[in-house]
Amino acid sequence: MLADQDRIFTNLYGLHSPGLEAAQKRGAWDGTKFLLEMGRDWIIDEMKASGLRGRGGAGFPTGLKWSFMPKKSDGRPHYLVVNADESEPGTCKDREIMRHDPHLLIEGCMLASFAMAAHACYIYIRGEYVAEKHALQRAVDEAYAARLVGQDNVHGYPFDIYVHHGAGAYICGEETALLESLEGKKGMPRLKPPFPANMGLYGCPTTVNNVESIAVAGTILRRGGAWFAGLGGKNNTGTKLFCVSGHVNKPCNVEEELGITFRELVDKHCGGMRGGWDNLLCSIPGGSSVPLVPAEQIIDAKMDFDTLRNLGSGLGTAAVIVLDRSTDIVQAIARIAYFYKHESCGQCTPCREGTGWMWRVMLRMAEGRAQKREIDMLLDVTKQIEGHTICALGDAAAWPIQGLIRHFRPEIEKRIDRYSANPHSDAVPMAAE
Amino acid sequence: MTKILVDGIEVDVPAEYTLLQACEMAGAEIPRFCFHERLSIAGNCRMCLVELKGAPKPVASCAYAVKDCRPGPNGEPPEVLTRSGQTKKAREGVMEFLLINHPLDCPICDQGGHCDLQDQAMAYGVDSTRYGENKRAVEEKYIGPLVRTAMNRCIHCTRCVRFLAEVAGVPDLGAIGRGEDMEITSYLEQAMGSELQGNVADLCPVGALVPKPQSYNIRPWELSKTESVDVMDAVGSAIRVDARGREVMQIEPRVNEDINEEWISDKTRHPVDGLRVQRLDRPYLRENGRLRPASWGEAFAAIAAKVKGADPKRVGALVGDLAGVEEIFALKGLMTALGVANLDCRQGGERLDPAWGRASYVFNPTIPGIEAADAILLVGANPRTEASLLNVRIRKRWRMGPLAVGLIGEDTDLTYPHTYLGAGTDTLAALAKGEHSFLEILKGAERPLVIVGGAALADPAVIAAAAALAKDVGAVTAEWNGFGVLHTAAARVGALDLGFVPGVGGLDFFGMIAPGALDVVFNLGADECTVGAGAFVIYQGTHGDRGASRADVVLPGAAYTEKSATYVNLEGRVQQANRAGFPPGDAREDWAILRALSDVLGHRLPYDSLVALRRALYAEHPHLAAIGSVEPGDTVAAVDRLAGLGGTMAKAAFASPVLDFYLTNPIARASRVLAECSSLARGRALEAAE
Repeated sequence: MLADQDRIFTNLYGLHSPGLEAAQKRGAWDGTKFLLEMGRDWIIDEMKASGLRGRGGAGFPTGLKWSFMPKKSDGRPHYLVVNADESEPGTCKDREIMRHDPHLLIEGCMLASFAMAAHACYIYIRGEYVAEKHALQRAVDEAYAARLVGQDNVHGYPFDIYVHHGAGAYICGEETALLESLEGKKGMPRLKPPFPANMGLYGCPTTVNNVESIAVAGTILRRGGAWFAGLGGKNNTGTKLFCVSGHVNKPCNVEEELGITFRELVDKHCGGMRGGWDNLLCSIPGGSSVPLVPAEQIIDAKMDFDTLRNLGSGLGTAAVIVLDRSTDIVQAIARIAYFYKHESCGQCTPCREGTGWMWRVMLRMAEGRAQKREIDMLLDVTKQIEGHTICALGDAAAWPIQGLIRHFRPEIEKRIDRYSANPHSDAVPMAAE
Repeated sequence: MTKILVDGIEVDVPAEYTLLQACEMAGAEIPRFCFHERLSIAGNCRMCLVELKGAPKPVASCAYAVKDCRPGPNGEPPEVLTRSGQTKKAREGVMEFLLINHPLDCPICDQGGHCDLQDQAMAYGVDSTRYGENKRAVEEKYIGPLVRTAMNRCIHCTRCVRFLAEVAGVPDLGAIGRGEDMEITSYLEQAMGSELQGNVADLCPVGALVPKPQSYNIRPWELSKTESVDVMDAVGSAIRVDARGREVMQIEPRVNEDINEEWISDKTRHPVDGLRVQRLDRPYLRENGRLRPASWGEAFAAIAAKVKGADPKRVGALVGDLAGVEEIFALKGLMTALGVANLDCRQGGERLDPAWGRASYVFNPTIPGIEAADAILLVGANPRTEASLLNVRIRKRWRMGPLAVGLIGEDTDLTYPHTYLGAGTDTLAALAKGEHSFLEILKGAERPLVIVGGAALADPAVIAAAAALAKDVGAVTAEWNGFGVLHTAAARVGALDLGFVPGVGGLDFFGMIAPGALDVVFNLGADECTVGAGAFVIYQGTHGDRGASRADVVLPGAAYTEKSATYVNLEGRVQQANRAGFPPGDAREDWAILRALSDVLGHRLPYDSLVALRRALYAEHPHLAAIGSVEPGDTVAAVDRLAGLGGTMAKAAFASPVLDFYLTNPIARASRVLAECSSLARGRALEAAE
């Protein structure tokens, strides 16, 4: 269990003021100028040494990502864009950071921008996060007033920070769709390559990072990459905000070491499993887009990137959704399928057409109104979507269903049997009704 | 150059090539829907997915550059597999997704027979469906009089949206909704506000956007296709005339990189119904003030009676906007034999003279040459209405990089930004004196281009001033011909090439049509003017329009789709139109009418066939034999001569000769489709003025 002195987000629960003064007492903005004076290369090396992997879901090493930015500007400005479009179902960690610890984020923006020679940073906030937008804007205003950021700031590095409020679309959390939306266009992902580090916002080199990845940067640099790397396991270092939701006694957000076991996470922080451990059906460990992991595999699994990947799932955003045996798992996955059908942007064919198809089949399977051969067909359809789309939304839509079929095929078959064994006379509902 | 392996075949391609281009170089066929050579890359249909060795998943070959491919571990060239299992599976998957919500209405779909989806489903799809749910239903949209929509069929390739935004330069189409609810629409269901909107139906790879005027009337396999050129404006776009039996059913663009690439304007595409109605299908004679049907013999006899007694000084000949070189040549031959010096083809009143050299009246830089220009001055020209496809080229040039465009004349939306300098001759004079900063831009440009439009051609002093300005800014050098005249009539350059202008002591166009000026006027399809009272008018043309209503004898001729005729476009490019059908009723090919008439008049023209006529034509004007090419003129000398004309410009604002883009000639005026377009355009203009 993470020791209190190793916590980065010391005001995660909003027990103290999110204001600048209180944040400075907690350690934010402490010695930022000194860190900046250490130079770009030192910051990037230290981030690499910390082993921090991106907290937005894909888990790409943050220091490495920063190092992709051109070392010398070719005349184009560089940009840092912070992805605060936290829309993954089950995830609510960035929300708490922006509400209660916004100065860690703003300081991280400053440090990251400096490391990439960016003089402007855009924070793209999810449309539904209205209170968070106000909270963050308040903090930015405070930082400007205290001349911590701005053209003429105490750190001597001209730096502007803008908070941009999105309109509420899941797809705008995809980094290139986010850039399109930020530019004022329709939020549709771009074709890659070119990657944002070459051609990002307004065609300029851009790095897009998750809120949490940026917010931890200040503390990592202050305490050293080695400290961060000392937490967690190899290749899965540091602390992470877990958002535990679902059938636990006390759902919560908690900062923990990567590699804590599922059992410990739930027992220590969430008051245990609802109805005891025998009641656990499965868990979706990384937000709705990763495949579920059944109870016997997840229960003692380490919650980190590599372990969960080996279980055929992923850590994602560490939004741990816990499901007990009262769950109608087919219906649950059907609901997730509906979410992806609703949020598909419609740009490329497999996702546009496939998400609707999957959802409709899932809807019938939840009722049992399907054929058993359709299970294999559905699996094949998910494979036809996965990897054939412009962005990862297609994959995200396919994985939950793949996970369901992988682990709960008998449940679907049982349901189909039950439906066909009880022929009822009521009319078959049509999609148009 | 980069080496790349495509299905084991090594090709050497430029690094910036896409995989799709590299695959085509290697002879591998890549299916595609959203990709189009002349539009930006969307990469959204996913049909062109190919396996790239080493890549974790298939890549969209239309958008993936060769330079982005990583070489193998030992430096082997990257390898693309277009026939592998992964590629095949990806294509089948995408095809299945495209088809699940596509209606099975091929039998009643106008796209049937030339449908990309149909063809590619045959080639790359699977034979049966696994989709048991209800198909998506999408409401039809109204997007204008030329394109019918069937949005159930839409596969969201966004070619139409990209065409209008990029080539046509209007923001009228877009997609609303997201996911499977995405719909292509003009949002308020207004007609598209472009003179190129018909092209979206060509671009649509499925039957979602089909041409409305001929909808449900034709099938591609029942048409005989004739390659020809357009005469609706002076650009001479390459077209294909599709006829069923003797009736022209549709006109489609043909690729000609030098002129229209592969677009045509709506006026070029939709005069089809105008070719059927209002036609002159037999000779007419005026008796007691009314035209009555007559035989060829009667008509010729009436002409002979008038001409034989007339003084050659009181006889004249006019050539209109749609005449081919052959009939102008025949008419000139006949008039010369009669000793007539009153000849003119300059219906718009252009004060151009072939004697000043060919470069003084053609568009010297040529249409592809526009892409090399870096500053353009439009003097009394509105290329959008006077030569739409030339305007497309200017817009294309503007999209390629910074381009300064200055406009003197009527201010209008050219689809690209321009600096409006002023309305008329005052501005031209002021610009030449350096009172406007645009002169510095022109002088600073490496290849400035001065385009003189129809509105500025009526006054020789204006032409002289424009030529002097072109000389002054360095637009005309040994390397760069930056002086161009923008004609609006297909016949004009050809007629000027033949020297169909007043001979010694002859009257010009307006002199001839003045009341009482002549006793006999031979009018070869000049419909934009009315011959004054007093003259006996012989009208030879195709439609019952202004010319025929003033005629005393009407001789029915052949329209451009009904004869083999040579046209010279505004660049001076010689092109040939071909016969797709026969003229209606007793109408005949125009040169043959003149040949027959010459016999009756006692001055038999020395050719009995089109071949013989052309032999005589080419002997006299050898450059007309070089079909498809432009004979380079001496621009420097011609511009010098024009600049030397001098004269004082009358104070006037330039007024475009094209008042209504859709109704500039008798064929277009007979078309109901173009009439509807015209009324919509007028409505838009009124709305914009509010």
